Parts: sequence; C-alpha cells; structure tokens
Amino acid sequence: MSESKLKPEELAETIKYKTPNRNWMDQKVEMKPGRFSHSGVPKSVEYLQLPNPRKWQPTDPDWQLPENWKEIILEGLRDRLNRFRSLRVFMDICVRCGACADKCHYFIGSGDPKNMPVMRAELLRSVYRHDFTLAGKILGKFAGARELTIDVLKEWFYYFYQCTQCRRCSVFCPYGIDTAEITLLVRELMNLVGVNIDWIVTPVANSFRTGNHLGIQPHGFKDSIDFAVDELESITGIKVEAPINKKGAEILFITPSADYFGTPHYYTLLGYLALFHEIGLDYTWSTYASEGGNFGSFISHDLMKSLNAKMYAEAKRLGVKWILGGECGHMWRIVHQYMDTLNGPADFLEEPVSPVTGTKFENTTSTKMVHICEFTADLIKNGKITLDKSRNDNWKVTFHDSCNPARALGLIEEPRYIIKNACNHFYEMPENTIKEQTFCCGSGAGLGTDENLEMRMRGGMPRANAVKYVKEKHGVNYLGCICAIDKATLPPLMEYWVGGVEVGGVHELVGNALVMKGEKERTTNLRGEPLDGKME
Amino acid sequence: MILLLPFLAILVIIVVALFGAAVPGLDFLFGVVFPYAAITVFLLGIIYRVLKWARSPVPFHIPTVTGQQKSLSWIKSSKIDSPHSSPGVVGRMAMEILLFRSLFRNTKMEMKSGPKLVYGSSKYLWLGAIVFHYSMLVIVLRHLRLFMQPIPQFVLALQNVDGFFQVGLPGIYVTDGLIVAALLFLFLRRLYDSRLRYISLASDYFPLLLILSIAVTGILMRYFLRVDIVSVKELAIGLFTFHPFIPRDVGVLFYAHLFLVCVLLAYFPFSKLMHMPGIFLSPTRNLANNSRMKRHVNPWNHPVRVHTYEEYEDEFRDRMKAAGLPLDKE
Repeated sequence: MSESKLKPEELAETIKYKTPNRNWMDQKVEMKPGRFSHSGVPKSVEYLQLPNPRKWQPTDPDWQLPENWKEIILEGLRDRLNRFRSLRVFMDICVRCGACADKCHYFIGSGDPKNMPVMRAELLRSVYRHDFTLAGKILGKFAGARELTIDVLKEWFYYFYQCTQCRRCSVFCPYGIDTAEITLLVRELMNLVGVNIDWIVTPVANSFRTGNHLGIQPHGFKDSIDFAVDELESITGIKVEAPINKKGAEILFITPSADYFGTPHYYTLLGYLALFHEIGLDYTWSTYASEGGNFGSFISHDLMKSLNAKMYAEAKRLGVKWILGGECGHMWRIVHQYMDTLNGPADFLEEPVSPVTGTKFENTTSTKMVHICEFTADLIKNGKITLDKSRNDNWKVTFHDSCNPARALGLIEEPRYIIKNACNHFYEMPENTIKEQTFCCGSGAGLGTDENLEMRMRGGMPRANAVKYVKEKHGVNYLGCICAIDKATLPPLMEYWVGGVEVGGVHELVGNALVMKGEKERTTNLRGEPLDGKME
Repeated sequence: MILLLPFLAILVIIVVALFGAAVPGLDFLFGVVFPYAAITVFLLGIIYRVLKWARSPVPFHIPTVTGQQKSLSWIKSSKIDSPHSSPGVVGRMAMEILLFRSLFRNTKMEMKSGPKLVYGSSKYLWLGAIVFHYSMLVIVLRHLRLFMQPIPQFVLALQNVDGFFQVGLPGIYVTDGLIVAALLFLFLRRLYDSRLRYISLASDYFPLLLILSIAVTGILMRYFLRVDIVSVKELAIGLFTFHPFIPRDVGVLFYAHLFLVCVLLAYFPFSKLMHMPGIFLSPTRNLANNSRMKRHVNPWNHPVRVHTYEEYEDEFRDRMKAAGLPLDKE
C-alpha cells in the first residue's frame, strides 16, 4: 500500500457505514488518493482516434475539456437513451428500495454512501431527470434532478471508476437494474470528452495494434509459448506441440494474454498445453487474436466490438471449425452475450463437436465458441483423461466464481466438477459469497492499477474475508479461479487480508493431476514445487 | 424539505378536495370531470411511457443469470434462474412479478470486529412489499363491486375471504389493516434507516403518503364516518357506463377519497410507480440465457474501425518471418 500504507486492521477501522444527514447533491466529490486511477495518456488516446487527447490528471482543477463538453455529453445521453432500452428503463423504474445497497463490494469495503449501487445510478439519473423528464424540468431538485456541471462530471469519474461491472447488485434488484450497463454507458459518455483512465486506454491501444493488451508482438508471443513448452518438458519429460497461426487446424484456442506472460496464470497455460497434447487436439494458437480479454468492453460498446472482431476474423482466416476459449472472466461475458450480435453470424464455422468424445456442445450452436471448462468437464465425464488427484494433495482448494462466468453464463457446476475430479480437498466458501452471489476480486473492469490499490483492497475485502473463513476452518491454501484479472489481482489481495493462500487456475490443477502417456515420474507440480512425499 | 414537500402536497390535495365537495356546483367537476381526466391521463400516460421504452431497441442480450446454465446434458440446469427457453423466461418473470423473487433473496451485511463480514437473511422488505402490493390488489378488485351490477362472483368470493375475520358489522377487511401497516412500515424504514433516508427523494415519500391517505379516507368511510354507499355506487356505475350522474349527499369524505385516487392515477405515469409496467421490459430478467445458441440481432449494429490481419501482418511481417511464423504474403 504505497499510497496510504494502512494495515488491514487500520483500514477496516476506517469503514463506518455512516451516511451524512446532508442532501447528497450538496456534497462535492473528494478524490482520495489510492482510490482512483491515472488518466489516459495522449499517445494511446490518439492511436485509437478517441476525442480530446491531452496531458491531464483527475486532480487537475482544469480538465481541459472541449468548450461544448456539456452539450456533447447530453447529446450522447439522448442518443444512448434511443439506442438502449436498458438505459431508458433503468433510468425510470428504480424505486430506491435500498436492496442493492450493501451488495456492492466497494460499498462494503469503503462505507462511502455513494458506492451504494442505487446512488451510483442516481448520479446519472439526476442529470437524466433534469434534462429528459417533465417532472425534473419543473420541480428540479425536489424531483431529484440536478444540472450537469463540472463537479458532477468529476463525481462521475470518481464513482464510475469505482465500479467493476460485476453485476452482483443486479441479482438482488427487484427489477434487475444492471449497474454494469449504466457504468459502461457513463464511461462511454465521459469518453466522448476525453475523460478516461490509462489502464483502459493503453491496453485497448495495445490490443488493437498487437492483438493483446500487453502489447506483445508476434515473435514475443512465440518465444513465450516455446518457453512454456520447454518448461513443461522439464516437468513431465514430454515435448508437446504448440502450433501457432496454423491454417486448417480444427480448433482455434484463445485465452487471455496474461496466461502466457503473467504468474500464476502461466501454470494454467502449462495445464492447457499438457491437456491438449494428451488428447491429441488438432488446434492452433493465434498471434493476431492473442487476447481473450477485451479492455474495450470497459469503456465502450464500439471498442468492445472493434477488439472482439479479431476472434471471428482469425477463425475465418485460419479456416478452423470452431473456437475454444480459455479461463477468463469478462472475455466470457463478451463471447457469451455480445460476440455473435456484434460480429456474427459465424456461418463460416461449424457447430462445435468435441473431437475426443463426439459430444456436441448444444449450448454453443450459434456462437460456436466453447468454454474450456465445458470442454474439459466433458472429457472427464467420458473418461478420456486420467487424473491422479493425489498430485494435488499439497493443495486445499476453494473456488472463487468469477463474476462474469457466474452471472453472465451460469457456468457454475462445470469448474466444480473439474476441481472435484482433479484434487482430493475441496471446500466451498459461505453460500452468500459464491455462485450467483459471488464477490468481485475488487479490481475488474480496468481498475487493477497500482495507484488504485487502496480501493482494490477495500473492494476485495468481502472476497478475502470469505477465503479467510475457509482458510481458518479447513486450512485452505489454494484459491482456484477462472479469470485472468482474478489471477493477477487476487494474490496481492490474499497477501493483504489473508496470507498463506496461493491463487491459481482450474487447469493448473488439471495439469498437475493429468497422467500423460510416456511421462516421467512427476516429482513437482507445475509450479516446480515438490509433491508430497516425493521430496528429500 | 424532502419530507416536508410531500406532506404539504398531500395536505393541499385534501384541502382542495374538501373545498370542492363543500362548494355547490363543483361536485360535477370533482365527481365526474376529474375522474375521467385522471383515468385518461393514467391510461394514455402509461401507454405513452411504455411505447417510449419499447421504441428503444434491445441491442444486446444481457440477462443476469442466477443459476446453472444449460450446457452439458448431464449437468442439471436451472430452468427458472437460468432459463434457456421461453417457458423458463415466463416462469422467471412470473416468480419475479408475483412473488418478488429477487427481493426474497435479500441479505443484510454486517461487519464484526476482525474484520469479519456476516450475511444474514433479511426478508422484512420483501414482506412489507408483498403485503402492500397484494393488499392493494385485493382492495382494487373489491372496489369492482361498486362499478358493476350484478357484482361478479369472484369479487364476492374475494370479499368473503378478505372479510373472514368478521366481528360484528360492518365486517372488517383484513387487507385494510394490512395495507396501512405495510405502508407505515415502508414509510418509517425510509425515515429511520439512515441509508434509506440518504437515498430517498421527495418522490419516494409522496406516493407512500398519497396511498396511505387514500387508505385512511377509505377506512374512515367504511368503519367510522359512514357515507351513503348506495349513492356512491350510483356515481360509480354512472362513471363506468358513461352515464355520469351526481347523486345528492355523497359526503365530503368521499370526495376527498375520490380526488386522492384521481391524483394517484394522474401521477402514476410520471413517477417511479412505472416500475409496475417497467419490470416486464427489464432486459436482465426477460431474456433467456441462450445467447450462444441463438443469435441476438442488434438493429443498429454499426460498423467500427478494426485492425485487420493484413494490416497486422504488414506491420510485423519481418519479425514474424524471423520467428518462423507462417505468413499470408511473403
């Protein structure tokens, strides 16, 4: 915690859940260090041809906005009200019952009343009422209406970049009002006048240019995969094939770029490589579509589409039959709920059938993209792979449902089935913190920056708390998850709040347990750590 | 002020109604013109608002899924919480609209020292809401007896059930007590829960007070300051059959009650009470979780700038070649 240096217990002390007696509209936003991110650098903004590239910071008094910024935003709002029924309905039907209030991880971790999802939406709703409803025009503040001012815009920036679009509140809302939808649209509006953050804009620019958010160029990609192949060989004694940009392969495999560049993601990559070799999958990686994640979806529907387009375009160019997708959170929301609409129809692909088991993936007949957990669960069920659970005996595992696979797909049992078949010790966290009620890691939707670390630790507190519970009760030391942002941001969260818990993917566990034909005796897991009883 | 304004508004409405009933000649205005005007605004207003919503398309398929998806044949999917077909969606919507399913899920978070977070079940809001809405429904249906002759069987049956706890005359309707209790609960929680007070607007207090006033004037008329029910029915049937008729001596209280109802009807389309039709159009609830099975079409799916493979290869060709990666153009 470079900025605030608060110890966990000190941080917890600062959470009061006290609401001021003053009208919330009378309070100007106070930007607290550690709770917001740096602005987008001009170079990336320019590269993406987005409006108003300039050097600025959120704490600057003058944001250097275009003169008619207000008109631009209101016109943008009008346009979106006409294009999104969701927005129109969500603006009109909230009754402020308060059911969502304590469902937000950021509210729980900060106690800031404007982090209640209802308030987050009211920040926009108040402006909507002022300019788009009769009651608001006549009654003004009494109808909950207020004018869009620079202070309002600053408040938007602060609070709409304190939402990870996890949609937990939407589960509890009696009308299903979806804050993720509102957040994304407000970020679109802010983006119209060049108000954005760098950890979204720069990864988007990288993804646009190189195919992945880390900006890894094709030869770097190949190096990473080759390195992983060598590493896997040293652990298993088997040299696997990892074809790249191979035309005519049956399946295109796309996974988040962190899988081949980040830790602990990397061990999951080793798991994929081992699995694909063992079942003899005819597949290919792609350098052009070398990113499953879609940072565009954190800022606008258009950029979401722009980045997502690479998946189908590459599948078509390579002439594969269908696409298999790795462990990722928001990538899977985009694939499941948006891709076919944005960039389909995928009539050049075939309805996915597992080449190993012959199972037809009936739930993917239109989009033609299968989740790796669906694919592997089917392999296990049909007895096509042998798993030695004891190789994961070092781990006492719990599973963190990543927000999007849980609440956008309903991918709940598949990963659990895999985990239970890959290890002996599995323990669920309390029911209010898993499955459709799962808590966010606290760093999604582009908020995983260092400068935002305090807010991340706050937002991740509910997740960490539930992990701590199973750690103390069952000795859990492995937090499994199927999301690249989780894998990047849960380790510091665990270190801060819990301690002694490692984070890793589901396919890392599969890779550990996978019995491969012709392998040497395994003495270590994929992390290179000695297996129980095989050391000394 | 946020609280004062709704109180004042209700007061003004009642005073206006009493004035109307007291001044001779104004009874036609309050007994006939306002009710027709209010019902017209109510119906046209709702239609206008719903059409306005409906005119905006649903560009993306964004249900909030709260259960296991339908994927592999041997994994049991949740047909209601993750519906993959229309009957499932109808089931989900029915659960939401008739039973307030999402609200039933409500929990209350508490932070204990440690910090340790605990989540307890919290059903009070659900209970208050369901009691209020169903009481309201029963009361509205019961009122049909005033508009119809002969009184429909189901109205009589409903009346019998509602008046089950008959002690003396007039029979007491359970819903009369329940609606007042529920409204008071909903009102007081806004007032005493500091979080609720923080988020509440004048337009959150106003409908509660308005409906409460309607209930109280109704109860007064039925149990305490009796009005001539035959005259009331004459007026109601007159309105209903488009042969407006103003009977004599209906009573001041009745006009207050009627005028409050008129205000509610006319206010409805411009208020948060539109959550009633709105829930039917909520895209996180009314769509099936089948977006990988069936393509959802966005009517305005406009083209965006993309970085094509050709552009990509042009930029990185040399490096790709050096790394031994296959190329489209040598």
